[in-house]
Amino acid sequence: MSLRVVDNPEPHTPHKRNPGFPLDLDWVNNVRMNRSALERRAGSIGARRTVKKDYQLAWLLKAITLIDLTTLNSDDTDGRVTRLCAKARHPLRTDILDKLDIPGLRILPGAVCVYHSFVKTAVTALEGTGIPVAAVSTAFPHGLAPLETKLKEIELSVADGAREIDIVIERGMVLRGDWQALYDQVKAFRKACGDAHIKTILGTGELATQTNIAKASLVCMMAGADFIKTSTGKEKVNANLVTSLTMIRMIRWFSEETGIEIGYKPAGGIATAGDALKYMALMKEELGTRYLQPHLFRFGASSLLTDIERQLEHGLTGHYAADYRQPMV
Amino acid sequence: MNKIAQIFQSLEYGPAPELPDQANAWLDSHGRKFGHFIDGKWTKPGKTFASENPANGEKLADITEGTAEDVNAAVKAARAAFKPWSALSGYERGKYLYAIARAIQKHSRLFAVLETMDNGKPIRESRDVDIPLVARHFYHHAGWAQHLSREFPDAVPYGVCGQIIPWNFPLLMLAWKIAPALAAGNTVILKPAEFTSLTALLFAEICDRAGLPKGVVNIVTGQGETGQAIVSHEGIDKIAFTGSTEVGKAIRAATAGTGKGLSLELGGKSPYIVFEDADIDSAIEGLVDAIWFNQGQVCCAGSRLLVQESIETRFIAKLKTRMASLRVGDPLDKSIDIGALVAPVQVERIRDLMKRGVAEGALVYEADGPVPANGCFLKPALVTNVSPANTLVAEEIFGPVLVAMSFRTPEEAVALANNTKYGLAATIWSENINLALDIAPKIKAGVVWINGTNNFDAAVGFGGYKESGFGREGGREGMSAYLKPAWEKELKLAPAAKAAPAKAENPLDSGHLDQTAKMYIGGKQSRPDSAYNRPVLDPKGQTIGEVGEGNRKDVRNAVEAARAALGWSTTAAHTRAQILYFLAENLDYRRDEFAARIKAQTGEDGTAEVALSVERLFAFAGWADKYDGAVHNPPLRAVAAAMVEPLGVMGIVAPPSRPLLGSIALIAPALAMGNTVVLVPSSQSPLSITDLYQVIETSDVPNGVVNIVTGDSVSLAKTLAEHDGVDAMWFAGSAEASAMVEKASITNLKQTWTSRGLYYDLADRRFEGDYFLSKATQVKNVWIPYGA
Repeated sequence: MSLRVVDNPEPHTPHKRNPGFPLDLDWVNNVRMNRSALERRAGSIGARRTVKKDYQLAWLLKAITLIDLTTLNSDDTDGRVTRLCAKARHPLRTDILDKLDIPGLRILPGAVCVYHSFVKTAVTALEGTGIPVAAVSTAFPHGLAPLETKLKEIELSVADGAREIDIVIERGMVLRGDWQALYDQVKAFRKACGDAHIKTILGTGELATQTNIAKASLVCMMAGADFIKTSTGKEKVNANLVTSLTMIRMIRWFSEETGIEIGYKPAGGIATAGDALKYMALMKEELGTRYLQPHLFRFGASSLLTDIERQLEHGLTGHYAADYRQPMV
Repeated sequence: MNKIAQIFQSLEYGPAPELPDQANAWLDSHGRKFGHFIDGKWTKPGKTFASENPANGEKLADITEGTAEDVNAAVKAARAAFKPWSALSGYERGKYLYAIARAIQKHSRLFAVLETMDNGKPIRESRDVDIPLVARHFYHHAGWAQHLSREFPDAVPYGVCGQIIPWNFPLLMLAWKIAPALAAGNTVILKPAEFTSLTALLFAEICDRAGLPKGVVNIVTGQGETGQAIVSHEGIDKIAFTGSTEVGKAIRAATAGTGKGLSLELGGKSPYIVFEDADIDSAIEGLVDAIWFNQGQVCCAGSRLLVQESIETRFIAKLKTRMASLRVGDPLDKSIDIGALVAPVQVERIRDLMKRGVAEGALVYEADGPVPANGCFLKPALVTNVSPANTLVAEEIFGPVLVAMSFRTPEEAVALANNTKYGLAATIWSENINLALDIAPKIKAGVVWINGTNNFDAAVGFGGYKESGFGREGGREGMSAYLKPAWEKELKLAPAAKAAPAKAENPLDSGHLDQTAKMYIGGKQSRPDSAYNRPVLDPKGQTIGEVGEGNRKDVRNAVEAARAALGWSTTAAHTRAQILYFLAENLDYRRDEFAARIKAQTGEDGTAEVALSVERLFAFAGWADKYDGAVHNPPLRAVAAAMVEPLGVMGIVAPPSRPLLGSIALIAPALAMGNTVVLVPSSQSPLSITDLYQVIETSDVPNGVVNIVTGDSVSLAKTLAEHDGVDAMWFAGSAEASAMVEKASITNLKQTWTSRGLYYDLADRRFEGDYFLSKATQVKNVWIPYGA
């Protein structure tokens, strides 16, 4: 087993963590989101920006570093999680890496994301790689458990070695406009996370309007979220570019007002290299190139990696690749 | 570090070129030298000029300069083709349009690449906007062709249409011109702009291969002189022009008195209004689509930003940030936002304008960022510290330059928006539907986009108010611009009117009359400014009364009163109807008196004329709340509300005959639709109308809605036609005076209707419907996207 690609230390990026802010309902009520206009912008990004040849290869390599390699199925086992972690250690076939000739680059996914039950397994399997383990907590995917239970789940995951916690918000709070309750709960989650970074999953497919999604994003950021994340992957509608635009514009506004940069994680349904490039272009256009780093941008995905591998192989060899020839995720 | 590793760090986009191979192959197949496409054949190239790629200055092809003989040949071919083409069933014509649409779709990439090479616009725009709209336009009009006889039962095509198009959307403007013309049964001679002829020539080849009968579409290339040859050609029945207001005015003057149909789609300086309750980020992105679409070379570009003062600082800061990520460069690159301007002369023009603006105090902001060293490239620019007095605010720049001003209240936003000679388009951003829909009707523009911008569709009419032109393209209004009433060809010359004496032979002769009819201005009877009167004679030459001798100042006063009364246009249609009914009723009470007055002036029994006048007022009272708009469904989650709006102040000069009905038949449709009127009654027999103001006074007609100036029809018509405060002019009189009115109308490009010396039998019931209603109105399309 070659450890070539994991020998380099994690790149150091100075980043000020979100300390949290008081709930500002005036700000929340000033949110205006025009769905048609958001759709027009989101719909044109893939046509406005594209990367080809070496640029595409480099961007796809970057995309790998932005993946939260994920398995969140009710039939997950230690064996399944271990296999996922093995893939995380070697996201690319050695022959592809050799052809790329990029010995100085650290090409590893941003994290491995699992249920609480498998945090320990993943931490062990990833030992020495620097890849953090993310746990979905707080009664994922619905979030409807007693607060005490949810806080305890976070604490246990952190104790097991999770360095990132993906929490789910109670969608009903948004639909009722109970921003205070949402704020209080996320703030409590954040406290329970301690040093672990907190990603707040909004369940955007169940929030009905872009305005609701924007307001929920803002309240989570005020409450101390390090990342805002679209979906659990279990809603009928998962991440898409329109919702992403809504959320990253709130990230931008939050940064303008507070100076704090919040990360963004679209999750669910992002399965192709082409999709990933569109999201990256959207981030670069709306937030700037510096947001295309793992501490500010992640994809929640599982099959995406295989497609990226195939595209890289195609780009390097000129012939199309088959998924069964890439080591399974 | 290898290149991939470097890019991994920098995450730059890199080049993403669209290949020009196929377009080059097509150019090569023609030897890069083109003649005209006339009568289904390519002519031998004549004297040529070069067509260049503005992104790199390379010559693409040699284009033939069209001569008067070339235009003759094209007109001859189009004339010969007209009869069989217009005789085809609508279904048959529709099938040809459908075939063209299919062929354009099939070759869409070739068209897009060629367009970008020739024009300099980003490939993304030609590929994703221009060419799909072109195909959509032909599809849409294939349907119109088939349904023509049902939807326009009494209409016939003009015949041979001369069409002159600009260089900013070469193929799209061709489609806007050719599709409706052909659907209606016309044949065409189209001249593309000299900078951008290539896609029109490719289109000709497509038509040929689609089996379009020869002579139906003729493409004649060339420069201004070729265009002049088309405009002045006697064998052409209608001119359609898109381009600058300057040239549009010249065409209006050149076609005055010829009876040619005319539609003009001209310049603009369209306001882009952002209220404090807008989705600001989306409004900023909208600006990118408004002013940096096609390098700002868009007649309807949102080039005047009006932003509410409360958000101005934040908005401008965000806009500057956004400008920094616009990419200027090779238009064939798929990741380019701003390509090349069409030609060096345009770059120079814009730079000169900018210099003038800066000298007048404007501050110009341009974001940092690379711009190619060669080629016609300009950085996107934002101009601040300007007011309406600055050249950059007043003039159409036609480049990537946005001027920004602020406003305090919705009322001020409307005032600033309308503070321009143009009226093509407007954009309104607000999340408050009450506010947005309050503002939209108040802006004098043919297209209003709410929370969006630069939306176009074949089903939704496009065209301007004021000096942005007249006539619409797209939808029903666009079709009607290529049709005329079938009965027009039956019109006979009007009998020569007996000259009305301007003065009594001896000014003192009139002293025996008790009363001189005064003018009626702003709801008041007023003496003529000249302090002279003119006699009114009976058929035997006996003086039966006197009216004031109106002059320029009376017209001026009347127009001022009419402008002050424009609130009439927003009076509820039901109320306008009630007032017209009341007017009719009051006229009817005095029918005997009015009949007697007609007899006194004309010697003929006036009973029937009075009855018809009453009936006509009833007719248009009935129309007031019925001649209204439509809701279109463009392929977008939006409604486009086609609102029928009045033109504003109308100058109406009544025919010499029928002293009462001649005026009533013209003012009734104008008033019903919400216009205010300055009426010049028959010079010979004005007393029926000077009697009428007593009826007007008792009928609740608001002051200034109808103003009456008596005197010499032709000289008063000239003053009215030249008056910039008059929005439209109807003139019934001699051919010579009609030509004068049309020529004089160019000062503000007012819409005109003239009788050209022909006899319009206004008693005919064909005139109690949409013939005059359509001429008293213009359609504004308001795009309203929706979605929670």
